[in-house]
Order: sequence, then structure tokens, then C-alpha cells
Amino acid sequence: MLELKGICVSFDGKEVLRDCNLTLPEGGRVALMGPSGCGKSTLLRVALGLQKPDAGTVSGRPGRTAAVFQEPRLLPWRTAEENVNLVLSDNASTLPNARKWLGRVELEEAAGLYPAELSGGMQQRVSLARALAFRPELLVLDEPFKAMDDALCQRMLCMVGEQLAGVSLLMATHSEEEARRLGCRILRYRDGAFFETGD
Amino acid sequence: MKRARLRKILIPLAVALFWLGLWELLSLLVGQELLLPSPLQVLRKLYQLAGTAAFWSQTAHSILRVLTGLVSAAVLGLLLAFASHRSKPVRALLSPIMTLVKSTPVASFIVLALVWLGRDVVPVIITGLMVLPVVWANVTEGLAGIDPQLLELAQVYGLPRARLRRRIVLPSVLPSFRAALSSALGLGWKAGIAAEVLTVPRKSIGRMIFESKQYLETTELFAWTVTVILLSLVIERLLLRMVSRIGRRREASHA
Repeated sequence: MLELKGICVSFDGKEVLRDCNLTLPEGGRVALMGPSGCGKSTLLRVALGLQKPDAGTVSGRPGRTAAVFQEPRLLPWRTAEENVNLVLSDNASTLPNARKWLGRVELEEAAGLYPAELSGGMQQRVSLARALAFRPELLVLDEPFKAMDDALCQRMLCMVGEQLAGVSLLMATHSEEEARRLGCRILRYRDGAFFETGD
Repeated sequence: MKRARLRKILIPLAVALFWLGLWELLSLLVGQELLLPSPLQVLRKLYQLAGTAAFWSQTAHSILRVLTGLVSAAVLGLLLAFASHRSKPVRALLSPIMTLVKSTPVASFIVLALVWLGRDVVPVIITGLMVLPVVWANVTEGLAGIDPQLLELAQVYGLPRARLRRRIVLPSVLPSFRAALSSALGLGWKAGIAAEVLTVPRKSIGRMIFESKQYLETTELFAWTVTVILLSLVIERLLLRMVSRIGRRREASHA
């Protein structure tokens, strides 16, 4: 069980998170909602171990963690399929598997293209394919669908939902619909922390 | 398309012809081969030299010396750059030495090296000293410039160290390494030959340049200088191509 206790983070003296607590049981799903810049991404970064909190503790982070950041974070010198393969192995034997995951995000035909040849939304889908192909125990999504049109977003939500059996999900989103479609417990921002509102 | 390609060939050709023409004109005005031989006289001399076994032997020895210095310094520069990236004290320790090496006149190094070392080794060391700080500085900068977002990605997915190095670190650093080699090679090659001129190893282009000057063989001096320039261009192209190919092959073999 992932547990964040009493997390405090400030940047240049400005407090972003104050005594923030979060519990994510194995297989649980939590969505963080709140205005831009309120600290959703910061809390995700703390959960991923990328941001050291000023105070508080993180425990129970599973060994296999995957993330889709707000930026696609693809290697510009590797093709789409090689970017997915990056997290699978260091050889070509897993490329068919990488291609299969690209197929699931409707990018089979772009497998051999480089990130610079893909649109922002396509790059984000490669990043999503990479995260799902990793078969994580914890999946962290930071507004992963924001560069996609409505119809595509619906299809991607459906596909991600199908892959979540047994996977813990922690996501940041502005869309309550996305959170509900993925079966997330919604925590809303208030005074430096995230709380369940019960609505 | 065809026109553009034609222009790409014709413009450099016209530029070269212009400068060769000017050289020819000046040599006609001077009218003495001893002071300024014409391009044709130099070419004829070069053709004559290239027909002798000694020419190839001298050239091969010089190439070997410069390449030894260059490759050793490039490898050492790479290793020291990685060490400096990992450890701040190492960087603090190396930084003034590299600045010192870069700003010390080549002639001082040549004379000092001649006092301490054998004449055959001096050009190797001098070439190395010219290349080392450039490779070190460029690669250190390249390592510092690796996209932190990609390093975070590797951290989240727990990429093994070898994969991180092969997939993220090396491709990020390769352009800096290529740029370093490109600028250091000309420098190293010129300094190596200059060291040969001053130390006159038994078989070397430097010795031939030195002897041409001693015996006032200006045309031969020009011919050897042209050889040095041509070799510098060829070696630079070959080495850079090799570095790119090694980078690509490493990538391909682990795709």
C-alpha cells in the first residue's frame, strides 16, 4: 500500500503542499483534482520519488512503477517502437511486444517514426503505450489525455481501463469524467492538501 | 534540384580556382621559385614525392604518431569527463589543469617535452595535449546537458545502469564528442607536425619540412605543407565518420 504522510513541499519559500496525506491500497485508484499549479504534479513527483518533500514520508512504493508525465519524455534519437522497447529490454526480441502496445494506442503505423515526426498527441500515446507495456504495479498518470481530441480520449480511456486489473492508479486530471471512467476515488485540493469530498 | 546540386559543386570549385589563380599570378609577379613557387610547380613536386617509398614511409610515421596522440587523448578525455561528471572534487581538481594546458603556448610544451622525453614521443604527447582539454571540456558540458527529464524517466522505470548509459547518456554526449574531435583534430594535427619540425624524429613529415627549409627547397616545403593539409582533411572526415558509425552500430546492435 502506497502511503504518503504529512507531505510538505515549498518552492522558493512558497508553500505548495502542506501536511498532505494520501493512501493508495494495492489495486486502488485515486485521482487528484484541483486548479492548475495547485500541486497535483508535485504530489505525483513525491509519490514517484522524484521530489524530496521538505517534511513527511513516503512508504510502500511498489517496485514496478510506470509514469506518463505531462510531457511525453521520448528519446528523440529512437523510433516510437524503440521508445516503448526501452522499458522492456535492451534487445530486439521484445520489439513485437512494443509494437503490440503501440497498436493498442492506435499507433501501429507510426512504430518506425521518430518523435519529431509525431504530433504532440501521438507522442503522448507512445508514452502511454510505454507505461502500459511495462506491466506496472503502480501507474502514475499526469494529465495524460490532455493533448487528445474527445473521441480519441474516450477510446484511450476505455483501453487504459481494460489494462488496470490489479494495477494501482494515481492520476492528476482536470476532468472528473476521466477520473470516473477509470473508476478513481477523487481527491480535491484544499488549502495545500487533497481531500475526499464525498460527491 | 539538379541546379542546386550543380551549384553545390560549382561554387566551391570556382572559389578554389580563384585562389589558385591568385597564387599563380603572385608567383608570376615574384618570378622566383625559391620565394614563391607556382601551384603547378608544387603539384609537380608533390607528384614526384608521392612516387617515392620514402614519402609514404615519412607520412605513415607522422600519421601514426598523431593518431596515437589523438586516440589516447580522446579516450582519456572521455574517461576524465565522466569522472568529473560523477565527482565535483575531480572536476574542481581537473578544471585548472585543463585551462592551464589550453592556455600554455605549444612551443613551451614542445621544448619541455623535448627535455624530458625522447624525440619520437614528443609529437604524440603534444597532439594529446592539444586534444585532451577540448574533448574533456566538450564531453563534460555534454554530460551536464543531458535532459534531466530523461534521467527522471530512467529513474522511475528503474532502467539498469548499462541501458541508461547506452540509450540515454551516450547518445546525448555523442554530438559534443564529435564536435570536440572535429575542432581538436585540426589543432592536434598541426601541433603534432609543429612538434616534429622542432624535434625532427627520424621518419616524419616534420623532418622533411625542416630539411626543406634548411636546404631552401621552397617548392618541396610547399608540397609537404599541401600534404599536411590534405591529410588533415582526410583524417578528420574518416574519424568523424567512424565515430558516427560506432554510435549507430552500438545503437543498432541493441535495438
